[in-house]
Amino acid sequence: MILHRDDDPSQRPVLLETSSFHEVTEIIAGPTETPLTTTWILLLMLSGSLMLLMAGLFGYLFWEGTGIWGINMPVAWGWDIVNFVWWIGIGHAGTLISAILFLFRQKWRTAINRFSEAMTIFAVMCAGVFPAFHVGRVWVVYYIFPLPNQMGAWPNARSPLFWDVFAISTYFTVSLLFWYMGLIPDLATMRDRARGTRRFVLSIFAIGWRGAARHWQNYERAYLILAAISTPLVLSVHSIVSFDFAASKVPGWHTTIFPPYFVAGAVFSGFAMVANLLIIAREVFGFKKVVLMHHLENMNKFMLLTGSLVGYAYAMELFIAWYSGNLYERFAFYNRALGEFWWSYWWMVSCNVLAPQLFWFKAIRRNLWAVFVICIFINIGMWFERFVIVITLHADFLPSSWGYYRPSWVDVFTFVGTFGLFFTFFLLFLKFLPQLAIAEVKGAMPEADPHHLPSAGHSAGGAHH
Amino acid sequence: MLFPKWTNKVPLVLLASLVVLLCFIVFAFAYWGSPKNYVVGYQPVQPIAFSHKIHAGELGLDCRYCHFNVEKGRHAGVPPTETCLNCHNIVRSGSKTGTAEIKKIHDAHSKGVPIQWVRVHKLADFAYFDHSAHVNKGVSCVECHGRVDQMDEVRAAQPLSMGWCLDCHRNPAPHLRDKKLVTNLAWTPGGDPAELGREFMKKYNVQPRTDCSTCHR
Repeated sequence: MILHRDDDPSQRPVLLETSSFHEVTEIIAGPTETPLTTTWILLLMLSGSLMLLMAGLFGYLFWEGTGIWGINMPVAWGWDIVNFVWWIGIGHAGTLISAILFLFRQKWRTAINRFSEAMTIFAVMCAGVFPAFHVGRVWVVYYIFPLPNQMGAWPNARSPLFWDVFAISTYFTVSLLFWYMGLIPDLATMRDRARGTRRFVLSIFAIGWRGAARHWQNYERAYLILAAISTPLVLSVHSIVSFDFAASKVPGWHTTIFPPYFVAGAVFSGFAMVANLLIIAREVFGFKKVVLMHHLENMNKFMLLTGSLVGYAYAMELFIAWYSGNLYERFAFYNRALGEFWWSYWWMVSCNVLAPQLFWFKAIRRNLWAVFVICIFINIGMWFERFVIVITLHADFLPSSWGYYRPSWVDVFTFVGTFGLFFTFFLLFLKFLPQLAIAEVKGAMPEADPHHLPSAGHSAGGAHH
Repeated sequence: MLFPKWTNKVPLVLLASLVVLLCFIVFAFAYWGSPKNYVVGYQPVQPIAFSHKIHAGELGLDCRYCHFNVEKGRHAGVPPTETCLNCHNIVRSGSKTGTAEIKKIHDAHSKGVPIQWVRVHKLADFAYFDHSAHVNKGVSCVECHGRVDQMDEVRAAQPLSMGWCLDCHRNPAPHLRDKKLVTNLAWTPGGDPAELGREFMKKYNVQPRTDCSTCHR
């Protein structure tokens, strides 16, 4: 059977707009070799200051206790948990792109995987600080680890909060390993182009990569293993985060739809964040020949799918609340949509359900201004989704204990500060590491195909078979 | 050549140092971080060289003569100066320290200033402990305080850590005896302490609880 390779869209070489391997190296490694620009330094100073603001506010919290946050009974979980779930959700695109799309041989992922893996790691870091500090007595946070101790006390293995610790630390470790391993061949490429101290530092991190066939064989095997380890993590991490809510007895939280609905939402917001960052980086660093329009379009399709899943979950929550006949459940959802916090519910619905529906139109999928704005709205909407869920606490079983929730200024600026943490690391990544996977991009080029005929272009491949 | 040949050993050395470092950290916490090390053996210098060995051991005073409240309340009670004077009104000279130490009791009494005994056994504020609940169920003083009748100056004999409390709360039998014998620090059970203890568990209805609010109220 002779199938013309171009007839099968999944087999079509992804990157047709670049002319040579060398050009790809130049495009991607080039920005790391130029001197620091004033804009970059100013941006780093800005995000660094925000990061210091966050550190200062956590110091203040350390000194004073969690009373400086807006949390109190009945809303004992506030912005801290909202922000934690939001950041960890954003950190889901990385593994999905690097692991699941890799196993499905989606070659277009090579244009965005490095970028989204980096984003994942930094987002998980931003997420991790919140649960660590919201325990209140952060100096005894080691209680959450199963360490032998003089108290004869042990973490409660039946608590999802304990699973959460392991889910997130495993996710962080595996993502970091995956990211670093993928970087090794590219670091070696950069090493070979560098001189002096830069060459020395890159040599250390490239751990002796020479590009030998044996190296590549081990690399491919390790990559596959890590992808196989990470694939269940994409589904498990946010499922376990959802158990923090679903395993409780609070009406509106105690639902079986939570795990899939959280995972879909996490991928949804993760893709939105990657798209936001990538659209900017693509313009600033000139990656248009590598990150093609149809890569961004694919991401928009993912957002359309996951956004619709999230919308379905919202609808199903409402339906079950009515259909279950449980008065408390019914009230929880009535109260979400029409109670004191109605505005947050409708922010959530309009940003998460309505906004991505615009991606049905090809013109919008390919209009980067529209995509950028829609992705911003998706991130806002996903933040409000977690807010809506957490705030369900304000009206629980007993009307006598109902209350309102307001964040304090510390809550607000701590959240702003985590963007400082995120962008500080991200700017360092943009400047000092290859933003796209050089070796993988080359692997997806027509020239990397053993059947590629340099002179015949890609229309005469059939004759070769 | 990017690196000289000796750098081949660097990863191995780093790995070995890491292993050593980790072992050291584990050891440091397990040894210095444990109440078995930093509580047991604590022996502060007291303002008067009072010897429990002479009073409780050689002279055979019952613990409750001075620690009068031990059967009635949470605290065993530190005796007032007047308790000392019951005897030391007459006994003005000690066998080892002469008159100097006993004179301190009289000075404190005449000035009306309490003697500043230094506390040896201290639980955290968030841990509730009641002496009477233990002593009246057949837990001897010696279980927590050791052979005070053999100590000149009192030193902490047990770690008083939470895990140590729980050891006994989970398995109280070997630590129980007849109520009448609680202040007899030298007493030892004739046979198997656990078997004897089970009798007293029944007799005194000993059902120690291990839920959080037993001690953290």
